[in-house]
Amino acid sequence: MITCKTSREIGGMGHPIKRKEDIRFIQGKGRYVDDIKLPGMLHMDIVRSPYAYARIKHIDASEALKIPGVVAVVTGKDLEKYNLHWMPTLMSDTQMVLPTDTVMYQAQEVAAVIATDRYTARDAKEAVRVEYEPMKPVVDPYKALEPDAPVLRTDKEGKTDNHIWHWEVGDREKTEAVFRSADVVVKEHMHIPRIHVVSIETCGCVADYDKVNNHLTMYMTTQAPHAIRTVIALVAGHLGLTEEKIRVISPDIGGGFGGKVPVYPGYVIAIAVSFLTGKPVKWIEDRSENLQADSFARDYHITAEMAATREGKILATRFKVLADHGYTDAAANPSKFPTGLFSIGTGSYDYDTAFMEADAVYTNKPPGGVAYRCSFRVTEAVHAIERLTDSMARALGMDPAEFRMKNFIKKEDFPWKSPTGWTYDSGDYHAGLKKAMEVIGYDDLRREQAEKRKKGELMGIGISTFTEIVGAGPSRDFDILGIKMFDSCEIRVHPTGKAIARFGTKSQGQGHETTYAQIIAEELGIPAEHIQVEEGDTDTAPYGLGTYASRSTPTAGAAAAVAARKLRDKARKIAAYLLEVSEEDLEWEPGKFYVKGAPEKAKTIQDIVFAAYTNHPPGMEAGFEATHYYDPPNLTFPSGAYICVVDIDKETFEIKIRRFVAIDDCGNIINPMVVQGQVHGGLTQGLAPAMYEELIYDEDGNILNGTLMDYLVPTAVESPRWETGHTITPSPHHPIGAKGVGESPTVGAPPAIANAIVDALSVYGITHLDIPITPYKIYEALKAKGVIED
Amino acid sequence: MTRDITVTINGEQHTVAVEPRLLLVHLIREKLNLTGTHIGCDTSSCGACTVLINGKSAKSCTILAVQADGASITTIEGVGTPEALHPLQEGFRECHGLHCGFCTPGMIMRAMELLEKNPNPTEEEIRWGIAGNLCRCTGYNNIVKAIQYAAAKLRGEETPSTEPEFV
Repeated sequence: MITCKTSREIGGMGHPIKRKEDIRFIQGKGRYVDDIKLPGMLHMDIVRSPYAYARIKHIDASEALKIPGVVAVVTGKDLEKYNLHWMPTLMSDTQMVLPTDTVMYQAQEVAAVIATDRYTARDAKEAVRVEYEPMKPVVDPYKALEPDAPVLRTDKEGKTDNHIWHWEVGDREKTEAVFRSADVVVKEHMHIPRIHVVSIETCGCVADYDKVNNHLTMYMTTQAPHAIRTVIALVAGHLGLTEEKIRVISPDIGGGFGGKVPVYPGYVIAIAVSFLTGKPVKWIEDRSENLQADSFARDYHITAEMAATREGKILATRFKVLADHGYTDAAANPSKFPTGLFSIGTGSYDYDTAFMEADAVYTNKPPGGVAYRCSFRVTEAVHAIERLTDSMARALGMDPAEFRMKNFIKKEDFPWKSPTGWTYDSGDYHAGLKKAMEVIGYDDLRREQAEKRKKGELMGIGISTFTEIVGAGPSRDFDILGIKMFDSCEIRVHPTGKAIARFGTKSQGQGHETTYAQIIAEELGIPAEHIQVEEGDTDTAPYGLGTYASRSTPTAGAAAAVAARKLRDKARKIAAYLLEVSEEDLEWEPGKFYVKGAPEKAKTIQDIVFAAYTNHPPGMEAGFEATHYYDPPNLTFPSGAYICVVDIDKETFEIKIRRFVAIDDCGNIINPMVVQGQVHGGLTQGLAPAMYEELIYDEDGNILNGTLMDYLVPTAVESPRWETGHTITPSPHHPIGAKGVGESPTVGAPPAIANAIVDALSVYGITHLDIPITPYKIYEALKAKGVIED
Repeated sequence: MTRDITVTINGEQHTVAVEPRLLLVHLIREKLNLTGTHIGCDTSSCGACTVLINGKSAKSCTILAVQADGASITTIEGVGTPEALHPLQEGFRECHGLHCGFCTPGMIMRAMELLEKNPNPTEEEIRWGIAGNLCRCTGYNNIVKAIQYAAAKLRGEETPSTEPEFV
């Protein structure tokens, strides 16, 4: 049950109030980066490599430069003069802005053309002649580690192989000992495929450098405007572009999902060209460029093992990962965590022994390793543990629900220390799964399945009971390029009691303009409709690390509550002064302070704020403003219990999701309508890699599905009618008990779907299929089992 | 080389000199500065650029401006007013049918024609009806609800509850 402490008029936490931002979006008045048009603006387009690995012998721009309206063609050699041809990645690797001699993946930026309009720039791009000397690329990450594999990163002095890093966590020896003596061991090899976020808006920018004032305004599609400003200052500071001279504006963003965290070469080239020409430069990538060149997600090859007793008690897990990072490690992770938060992969289960290790390699593919609506590699980890859990239940001959119930961490055992070092804050896993089973009618479904199996029909039921880890993060462990991962809120309340609140995060559709206002409304009693929320302008907003990894509510949402509480403390002092009583004699209810035992003697928050400007107590600072930079004491651990029912056609192997019930626990709920919307969207983004999406490369490194014609984003037809609900287990350490939710369903849905499909096919002895599970993949698997013939 | 064309957009007539290769979406966005119509792909797959051409929904990235010579075009800016939103606009807000808002204008324009032709569509018909428009944020449940809400309102019936329903 969601309970509300404030009236609907105030609109604090728990109210499903309609979103403020929708008013402009439904009338076509959103302002996205491609809507920005500045006087004298030039347009940039990018020449890209047709080869996955090649030496550039010659670039001839002479024909392009003859086209009227073409201003310049920029190559790596041009950027090299300003030392701008390489840039750092978020993982302290290096990435080419434009190559001087070698291209490392198909669709890599090779040169930029600048023209007075979009069409002329495209003409010029076609007219640039590049002579390449193709080389044999390294595409398979396993082959990249073979001794005779060519060393790809010859730019790195002394580099003799394609290995990037090794990471491990847990107790290797203890884990091996448990595995040696365990009753039952199961093992699965899984590939979590390379996928792409495909926000419906692609990436782009307008770089506007003002030579007279030596000032850059950068309008861009970024989820982390402040961090980007710092990165630009680090990259271009030597040209006099220091941080106070840079303003990054992130306007309305048409979806992010992690793909708008990195710094892409296009942004840097646009800045360089604007810097050199003194004119605004717009760069908006095509969808195909976006799919082929921007950061990918996932691409983890995992060997996962579980050991258990014959009675069904999990004893240990062991994961080994090979991570394909493409030609540079441009993942978006906190500095200390090269595999992100993969170590959450011990799951929702109570055991004390685990070991995980990962190795990353370079290949001739685009760089990345960003989220896809997932908190730092949690999806990969959760897929592994939840698939493995089903395999173990099957090996033991136990029902997968019963097996989970038997092994869940009990709610009274929180905070719970995981064998990989995390302290789970709270959870009630039994309650979540019980609710999901009741809603879907689990026992009846199992009976129906047994009947269908007798008739030879393929029906499957899949469960996923996941634990997420979000809200990065506590400064002792979490930073990006050294900047601690706090987040911030600044509240100013105007004399008439209306407020503006600014944040270091940046909504890409999450609804911050509404939900942050609700948090402040909850704490101060000022109606949410009178609290204007602003983000995305580095000149006005306090510094923060941005919005990704479901961190906005855990960090900036907490900052809003704490800043508002600072103001409430001030309000109490002013109220005591106005009512001529001591502070201890006052009681608070949302929107006013009143004298204990004399509720008619009260001052509303509006009275108090007005007094802060007109009649504040002697010695007190005037005004009504507060700022807070929130450094979370721990991460938050949302969880969920999902059950999926599928029917598979025996002739065509078409997979139909009959029902999907998702019970999420994201702690206290700020706006149930928004939370539900996030869950719906995340579920469809979980369905996508489970059944449809994968970026596929051939052995020459050519991308085979680099457009939306053949990279299959689910439509309303593929997406089932989601049935969603919740349990509420507040986070004990978060100021408002909230945990974050945006990514939980993307994390939890793929294993529920995969488990359902494998469950249907288990009658043929199938224990695992890699996602995306397609009819063709089922056909191949059944052929391999000898169930069907060619 | 340009050619003069005349189009009526949201009731206003414009005569514009355009290159024959200019896409209609670029005419709308860049020459007429109506930026509510968005571009989300280069293969006519996403539907973010959907507008009405003589009452029929069409992806404006797939049509040359010269092909629209003489046509009457409606974009999102021509739908409803701030004081009197169209039932679809209202439905999308009431039912939380949008998150980032980028696909929303195209969805609304597509749904306009859908409801024009079929004032009382089933859920299945709505889902197939918007299958040419991609949304990456919402998972479509609430877009379907928004269109059902608008359909009821356009038929003059009571609109369904817009409170979120939980299992």
